[in-house]
Amino acid sequence: MSFASLFSLVQTALELGLISSLTVLALFLSYSMLNVCDLSTDGCFTLGATVGAVVAISGHPYLAIPAAMAAGMLSGFITAFLQTKMGVDSLLSGIIVNTALYSVNIAVMGNSSLLNMNKTETVFTKMKDLLADSIFKGQYKLFVIAIAVAAVVVFLSLFLRTKLGLAIRATGNNPDMVRSSSINPVFTTVIGLCVANAFTALSGCLLAQSQKSVNIDIGSGMLTIALASLLIGNAFMGRGKIPVRAVGAVLGAFIFRFVYTVALRFNMPAFMLKLVSSVIVIIAISAPYFKKQLPMIKRRLAHRRGKEVI
Amino acid sequence: MLKIEHITKTFYPGTMNAKTAINDLSLDVADGDFITIIGANGAGKSSLFNAISGSFFTDSGRIILDGTDITLMPEHKRARSIGRLFQDPMRGSAPGMSIEENLALAAGRGGWLSTISRTDKASFRERLALLDMGLEDRMQQPVGLLSGGQRQALTLMMATINPPKLLLLDEHTAALDPATADKVLALTTQIVRDSKLTCLMITHNMQSALELGSRTIMMDRGSVIFDVSGEAREKLTVADLLDQFKAASGKALDNDRMLLM
Repeated sequence: MSFASLFSLVQTALELGLISSLTVLALFLSYSMLNVCDLSTDGCFTLGATVGAVVAISGHPYLAIPAAMAAGMLSGFITAFLQTKMGVDSLLSGIIVNTALYSVNIAVMGNSSLLNMNKTETVFTKMKDLLADSIFKGQYKLFVIAIAVAAVVVFLSLFLRTKLGLAIRATGNNPDMVRSSSINPVFTTVIGLCVANAFTALSGCLLAQSQKSVNIDIGSGMLTIALASLLIGNAFMGRGKIPVRAVGAVLGAFIFRFVYTVALRFNMPAFMLKLVSSVIVIIAISAPYFKKQLPMIKRRLAHRRGKEVI
Repeated sequence: MLKIEHITKTFYPGTMNAKTAINDLSLDVADGDFITIIGANGAGKSSLFNAISGSFFTDSGRIILDGTDITLMPEHKRARSIGRLFQDPMRGSAPGMSIEENLALAAGRGGWLSTISRTDKASFRERLALLDMGLEDRMQQPVGLLSGGQRQALTLMMATINPPKLLLLDEHTAALDPATADKVLALTTQIVRDSKLTCLMITHNMQSALELGSRTIMMDRGSVIFDVSGEAREKLTVADLLDQFKAASGKALDNDRMLLM
């Protein structure tokens, strides 16, 4: 493998990894902090992509970003509302919203399941024009994405230090304690899911605009992929302060993409992505469990062989 | 301070499992009272605390705290004026967050977007030093690393950092080893005295029920069956208390968890 092809390999992995790292950061907030597994992530990712695409196609490349995030926020609000105020189970509310979003997304795209943005002005084309004469003209995508990721990491690091951020963390940690601190856990859950889903939608919006097209399947499997990335990041930088862990989440997303991109080079078919991400999630979640069970399993085996029980 | 008027709570009403946890209970608590509550398992002591703090709403009756009717007020709103400690030391604090962060949430100073200030840190440090457990030098460490006694002392600090109108202690030393329990109890009485808190304490130790506080009530089957304070209480012994129980409830106090001495 030549240096140039290795370089482009890393760059592709960086671009895609950083875009999906925004969803990973969303899960860092909802899954790691708030302890809610938000199953509406796939649909919300697609929602961000479709809303962003439609707004960009209508001639507002900058407005596309906040519009997508606002749509994500609304979706997060509905998910949170269902589970805190309507008595719907937390997992179920995510699945319901996810299903509903399929129709919403088709409607947003104007009865179509595919939108093309080849000639659309987006934040990426804007950055491309800006960097046209510089030596970084090949990295214009990376610039846009890096700015977005840095902004989200800084925002999360600051946000989780505020009283509201602490209350969100405590809600995932010990809801009883939140209540006894005179804070309504319903409120913190709603805010947490709104913010998380805004990032998920931003992630979808940027992916659609960087690949200049959006289809209804753009977000499918995103939750598992992001979860796999989050758990990989956790394995490397899971301990320590919030900013470290947030950077770890981004790193996890990059590592996941990089390994996947390398695997593609070794002729792994592209459709394997989702199977691989599922297996990673299974291993990452069950490994600690089996590690805990190991002494008992050993003891059982010894017992079966008729040896003395220690 | 606290006025409870004829409250009743029945769980699973209308079924075979119907259980009346609180039965037409009325209680008047004066400002500055320190009341110890004793009674057998299932007498309704914890249910009374649940009703006061809003873990459930009563079926009937009214609860008035400091002139405000809190009968239907949600739990997190009551928490502004009611502090509560449970037997389980793990219940009162968030294990994944640092001591400092736990205290900041309990203190609840500043707006939603405010962060822990230097002054906050200094005042937390000062208060933690009063516990004499070395926690003031571990403020950045997660609470999950603390021992049960340390966590209960921290919870006590969190519950009283903004002096509540009412402090509810639900056997908060029962899960601790004797030495730690003594220490936490000493801290409790000190804080209650210094902040002049109104306090209700459930205990299974009849000796300390009589030694601590200014008034003792005994509960059975969801009602108050014996209420003693002042001079009459000073003369009371544990044996008298047992006799009183027998007289009021018509059965001997037969409970493994009761400590008679």
